[in-house]
Amino acid sequence: MTSQPVHFYQVGSFAVGNRLLADDQRTVQSNPNRANSIDSGHRACQGCGEALGARYALDAAMRSCDGQIVAVNATGCLEVFSTPYPETSWRIPWLHSLFGNAPAVATGVAAALRVKGRDDVRVVGQAGDGGTVDIGFGCLSGMFERNDDVLFICYDNEGYMNTGVQRSAATPPAARTATTDVVGPEPGNVFGQGKDLPRLAMAHDIPYVATATVADLHDLERKVERAMAMRGARYLHVLVPCPLGWGSASNETILLARLAQETGLFPVFEAEDGVVTNATLIRRRVPVQDYLARQRRYAHLFGSHPRPDVVERIQAMADRNIERYGLLDASDQQVSV
Amino acid sequence: MLRQIEGSRAIAETVALCRPEVVCAYPISPQTHIIEAIGAMVKAGTLAPCEFINVESEFAAMSVAIGASATGARSYTATASQGLLYMIEAVYNAAGLGLPIVMTLANRAIGAPINIWNDHSDAMAVRDAGWIQFFAETNQEAADLHVQAFRLAEELSVPVMVCMDGFILTHAVERVDILDQATVDSLLPPYEPRQVLDPADPVSIGAMVGPEAFEEVRYLAHLRQLDALVRIPAIAEQFAHVTGRASGGLVNSYRTDDAETVIVALGSVLGTIKDAVDIRRELGERVGVVGITCFRPFPAHAVREALRSASQIVVLEKAFSVGFGGVLSTDVAMSMHGEQHVLRSVIAGLGGRPITRRSLEALIAEAVRGDLPALTFLDLDHGAVDRERTRMAGTRRSGPSAENLLRDRGPVGAAAPRTES
Repeated sequence: MTSQPVHFYQVGSFAVGNRLLADDQRTVQSNPNRANSIDSGHRACQGCGEALGARYALDAAMRSCDGQIVAVNATGCLEVFSTPYPETSWRIPWLHSLFGNAPAVATGVAAALRVKGRDDVRVVGQAGDGGTVDIGFGCLSGMFERNDDVLFICYDNEGYMNTGVQRSAATPPAARTATTDVVGPEPGNVFGQGKDLPRLAMAHDIPYVATATVADLHDLERKVERAMAMRGARYLHVLVPCPLGWGSASNETILLARLAQETGLFPVFEAEDGVVTNATLIRRRVPVQDYLARQRRYAHLFGSHPRPDVVERIQAMADRNIERYGLLDASDQQVSV
Repeated sequence: MLRQIEGSRAIAETVALCRPEVVCAYPISPQTHIIEAIGAMVKAGTLAPCEFINVESEFAAMSVAIGASATGARSYTATASQGLLYMIEAVYNAAGLGLPIVMTLANRAIGAPINIWNDHSDAMAVRDAGWIQFFAETNQEAADLHVQAFRLAEELSVPVMVCMDGFILTHAVERVDILDQATVDSLLPPYEPRQVLDPADPVSIGAMVGPEAFEEVRYLAHLRQLDALVRIPAIAEQFAHVTGRASGGLVNSYRTDDAETVIVALGSVLGTIKDAVDIRRELGERVGVVGITCFRPFPAHAVREALRSASQIVVLEKAFSVGFGGVLSTDVAMSMHGEQHVLRSVIAGLGGRPITRRSLEALIAEAVRGDLPALTFLDLDHGAVDRERTRMAGTRRSGPSAENLLRDRGPVGAAAPRTES
């Protein structure tokens, strides 16, 4: 007689609901006494991945250090939608200085806390991908190499969404942005460019580097808590879909984040002292087309003038990630693309 | 205690007496000796508790100071020239956030052409940033101004920049009285921030402000600077009372009582000007000097009072607004509005060109004769300029002017310029 395994997940998803978990395994958000670091009433778009990611990450960080946190924010969506004067969504001490200096400002906060003997207060720096991989990279690299006691979180939505969806060094190839228009023989963003910030962070040999998505919030919280248990420079790179910039349905933010991971386009892993220690395996591999076709920024690859050649190149990128991080379970090779 | 000491070292030791809690710096000539000395004190443990952070750029230096200051730490950095320009976005930000950071600016020219020597172009580039800007005449005053700067900055929640002439002051070894710790402590109480990042009382600092309140925020910053015009003389007076030494203040007049022609200037060149004035006085010329110690906020009233009796004002400045003329001159002219004065601008000492007593004497004589044009470039080599203009007129691809001028000038260092008259 064959047995039927019990699946603790919803249809079409591997996400485990809180109500199926023991209390201590539930997310911070299930606790009515959570910090609400970034409170309701902010002005993020419907379906904003960044607002979700920031809420989970910061509340997890708050739980892990008994609410003793100072946050530093780069200019960007998160800063703008959370603090239109005279309102603020922040229930934690929060400082915004400039677009490109959040890691250095965080260093300053950490230095001040250290000199005052406030080792109990922890520092979290936050920026979007522009504030991290582009304009903030100099300060970020400096903060990393000095191993300053800062957890820096990049909410990566793959472009300058606050200024109207322009290309950043985190914008993927072929994606349409306002500065990589879908004109000419190679429409959208070019291939062969861009920065892989998690790998660059690892090259600094900092104690902890991890990636996460808003599709697996338990994983995001666990990584925040892991990072908060360490000292020194720690980096968390969170993929946060942007309905506005990606041209996606606002109710598909979680789905797209999951597909980004399950295609292999966004590898989810952890590294300590520059060495990968853990990678989240792809449980149900999907071809990149399933991910791309749901986003209008890739609409030029489909429709009346399809570009299967471009889709193939993107698939090759996913395949390379899968190989680099070993994202497929060896016993799971029958899953076909 | 009186010591024969390098200017930079005097600054470092005085800053250390101010008990800074976070010092961050990126090296740039001629600021390096200051931060090297502070770094050594922190590393040796003689300056404690203090965090010394070697940052990767001046932009990061000011940014670290911003984070530290907003967390309630007394924060200090130093820079010069290109470094100041590289951090300029954060310089404005520190002032906009109302963070009482103190910074030494070892005044240096701005490239291109690259030039490490002294002038005031760097300070002028940030005159509108919202910082209080002092100019020190001597190393003693530069050292003393740092104590007053921390006091003033923290009282008003405004950042303060102490400008001292690069190399001329920073690298000059001369007699300086370094205060003792008790004296500095009596002048400088512990920092009590007006705003601080504290988990026990969370605030948002740096929120977005739209048209509905931006002008008011800026106006409040203006009022704080006007408050500084009152507090600066008061703090200088207290400093004098405690130390027995006059340092700082808004303006300083020298032999202006009966002066018909008064020279106005900033910084170390005042000493040379005073020497020249003494000599011209012996010849019967009624000349005097007004040194402006506080350039921002601009002490318009004090300047007007100091210059009221003069019939001719000669503003000598180590910077200028290309395409117009003097920067300080404009401020002085605005301050003297409605008065009947002849106002002359003299641009001098750019990129470290020596301002000699001999040149100043000739300048004063010319001014007293009434022969000084509205705008003069002291000791300018007109021949070299004319030759380059001729080259440029003769061929389209005349090449880079700076290199042409150097070739024209021949193999010299920073020696006295060749003048053609």
